[in-house]
Amino acid sequence: MSASGIRPGRRGRSVVTGLGVVAPTGIGAARHWESVLAGKSGLGRITRFDPTGYPVRVAGEVPGFRAGEQVPGRLVPQTDRFTHFALAAAEDALADAAADPATLPEYEMAVVTASSSGGTEFGQHEMENLYQKGSSWVGAYQSIAWFYAATTGQVSIRHGMRGPCGVICGEQAGGLDALGQSRRLLDTGSRLVLSGGTDASLCPYGLVAQMSTGRLSTEDDPARAYLPFDAAASGFVPGEGGAVLVVEQADAARARGVPAYGELRGYAAGFDPTADGTAARHSVLVSVVRRALADAGLAPGDIDMVFADASGTLAEDLAEARAITEVFGPGGVPVTAPKTLTGRLYAGGAALDVATALLALSAGVVPHTAGLGRTAPGCEIDLVLDRPRQTDPRTALVLARGHGGFTSALVLGAGDRDARTK
Amino acid sequence: MTASHRRAVITGVGAVAPGGIGRDAYWDLLTAGRTATRRISLFDPAGFRSQVAAECDFDPLAAGLTPQETRRMDRAGQFAVVAAREAVADSGVELPGADPERVAVSIGSAVGCTMGLEEEYAVLSDGGRDWLVDHSYGVPHLYGYMVPSTLAVEVARQAGAEGPVALISTGCTSGLDAIGHGVQLIEEGTADIVLAGATDAPLSPITSACFDAIKATTANNDDPEHASRPFDGRRDGFVLGEGSAVMVIEELESARRRGATVYAEILGFAGRSNAFHMTGLKPDGREMAEAVRVALDRARLDAGDIDYINAHGSGTKQNDRHETAAFKRSLGQRAHEVPVSSIKSMIGHSLGAIGSLEIAACALALRHQVVPPTANLSTPDPECDLDYVPVTAREHRMDRVLSVGSGFGGFQTAMVLGRPTLGEAA
Amino acid sequence: MAEFTLDDIRRILRASAGVDEQTDLDGEHFADTAFVDLGYDSLALLELVNRIEREYGIQIPDGDLAHTQTPREALSYVHARLTEAHV
Repeated sequence: MSASGIRPGRRGRSVVTGLGVVAPTGIGAARHWESVLAGKSGLGRITRFDPTGYPVRVAGEVPGFRAGEQVPGRLVPQTDRFTHFALAAAEDALADAAADPATLPEYEMAVVTASSSGGTEFGQHEMENLYQKGSSWVGAYQSIAWFYAATTGQVSIRHGMRGPCGVICGEQAGGLDALGQSRRLLDTGSRLVLSGGTDASLCPYGLVAQMSTGRLSTEDDPARAYLPFDAAASGFVPGEGGAVLVVEQADAARARGVPAYGELRGYAAGFDPTADGTAARHSVLVSVVRRALADAGLAPGDIDMVFADASGTLAEDLAEARAITEVFGPGGVPVTAPKTLTGRLYAGGAALDVATALLALSAGVVPHTAGLGRTAPGCEIDLVLDRPRQTDPRTALVLARGHGGFTSALVLGAGDRDARTK
Repeated sequence: MTASHRRAVITGVGAVAPGGIGRDAYWDLLTAGRTATRRISLFDPAGFRSQVAAECDFDPLAAGLTPQETRRMDRAGQFAVVAAREAVADSGVELPGADPERVAVSIGSAVGCTMGLEEEYAVLSDGGRDWLVDHSYGVPHLYGYMVPSTLAVEVARQAGAEGPVALISTGCTSGLDAIGHGVQLIEEGTADIVLAGATDAPLSPITSACFDAIKATTANNDDPEHASRPFDGRRDGFVLGEGSAVMVIEELESARRRGATVYAEILGFAGRSNAFHMTGLKPDGREMAEAVRVALDRARLDAGDIDYINAHGSGTKQNDRHETAAFKRSLGQRAHEVPVSSIKSMIGHSLGAIGSLEIAACALALRHQVVPPTANLSTPDPECDLDYVPVTAREHRMDRVLSVGSGFGGFQTAMVLGRPTLGEAA
Repeated sequence: MAEFTLDDIRRILRASAGVDEQTDLDGEHFADTAFVDLGYDSLALLELVNRIEREYGIQIPDGDLAHTQTPREALSYVHARLTEAHV
């Protein structure tokens, strides 16, 4: 035993047995997956507030989410929308995994989620109360709804999970980091971890803050607004939603007799100091990918598809395409970015990419990147366009980069949950 | 995996704390038993229920930051970078060194860049008038305030780190959890050096107002110096604080190779959640006791090996009784034999940052063999019947110490530190 | 003097702390059911107090409602305070 509880010897196997999805492509993993295969976009003009006065007017909103129906009534006014999403997704993920927390040891269940900007909309409302009416108008729930740990805390309480709970913030990379952490928890005494992330920062202050990076697309046509790796790339579209996953020790899942979508085989994270514009010494993304592959015990040739970070800005797309080419060779692996259908979901983004990749592994297809036209010069990657490829992929690599330099990679292997269309 | 052979030690400590900037000023304050709580000066607290806080007298330029760093970073980021620089200088380690990929960062924060976020909100919304805030007033670094991960980014840039960088945000256990995360990166072999710690600068109207709303903070506005009263019968809530501590944590062998001076080894840590209530605690201290039990188990220690407990001691009746019960439950008779103290009596409760300041205090306590006191403890709560080291610091032989944290969300974390000589003999 | 009725307590609880599926705020026993049995915790009661203070312009000192168990008890307390404020 060590201070952190790691035992010597090989890491145990971690598998994903349940998926909960709340995304612009639909609520529920099945609906999301249908949208992905159909290339059905969830992007549109913002409806949660009037975006007319802003240069950014397109986003990926979750359609038809009614908190009152999907979240315990008491928690609706007490928590922010990002927590509503997570509570709904956690419920679905546990049901999908046929896991009943009441039957599992309380200290061996944990929750670790990614958070990017916390309860943004809730916070804006309460700051409005403060500045318009005075400090005594700030509500009691501000103390538990706004902060980044709100979701993990509420999910832990809802399901009686008393193990080591955590929250990791790495912006768009956070979802992979949370899943990486779930493996550590499974190696140190937990048997089931709810992991993933959600985000709901589509309120005026949230959007305006995001705009300050200059990376959001100001294109008004939803079909033209988010075109990563495309010659016409104009930035990215923000979205809301995310995914929660049930991650278990493979032995525990087998003992429960439930099939797995796939396995978390390798993970690595690094920091790219060139995110602030300083010249690159080498590609941190390349090094992170190689470390994730080494952690999985796989060679580049073993990877059947790559889910790209796909920032939608020319320089970052090029840097990612070059990194993929450096590891896999020109056109060496199918690359896809179904996130063009949802926009970038911040804390929810990488978690949703992992859910999509697991659905792809269990369905035996490589989903395509819908809506792209001409690939940008210099992007020598085999981008999967127009339609899914029925190539029965057995492994996937998911990439994510978070604002400021966060760089993460997760390697997935296929499981025994078969969702191939007959 | 060579987990069992890799051990994590603290080789450098940096602190920005109320009552004085820097590690030495911090330790002086703690051992003098001086309180740094006062009437809030960072904003006008008139009209607020609680008008008291422990503030840092911090001038970013005097602390070595450049004008651009000062503009770019929220106060919490400024604290963390200054603390990180002091820690690196203290440890003598050359950063990023030969292999930047082996340098990692793990920073905790409960409320991120909330001051920057609120100040900009007030402008963009024109004093809360406009729900559709005006983007043309947005500052270039606004998004950096929106995402707390910026705080870890700033420290990573200082260190030239290219290894894993994380911002851990588990409310008031963020500091302990971030250090624990850093230890794990070393033990699992991902990193050889981690800058680990936490930072929070929550002294702004929105944070004060939200704690006012749940009556968690003190209303003892007439006597700010004595407002933070952990374990005292006359306490009436916690006192908000701010600050940061960052530590250099290294793999023991590589620290030894370069001849580093070691403050302490991190022997064990564990987290548990009460899954009970976002703010409420059950009086039995059950889950915190479980965290302590697991931390001791991982450290391969018994209750009798603990020589000092650095308590969460926030100064709410609920907390003080909860953790007193947790100590008795996990340590049995030993809980009555060892000194227990809360430095929040002096530097307030800086939310996520406090865990890092408490671990820094434990490292310094082990080095100097002095227990910092619980200030303002003059009329003990009869329900809290341990030795809380009232008012005056105490020389005390300590080989191993325990620190605990408890946070909104139900999170409970325990960490055990040991003197380096013991660690090396083990 | 402002009116304050059980309906106001219902309204404030609904808006501030929400309603669980299994809770019936319109049931005949509402007034005499303990808040905790209605599903309302300490935060919900703090928020109830805050909102009553703001809406009705009265001050409710810390702890005054700490031992209030039911909506009817809260109602009679607030009535008393409103009467004082009015006199």
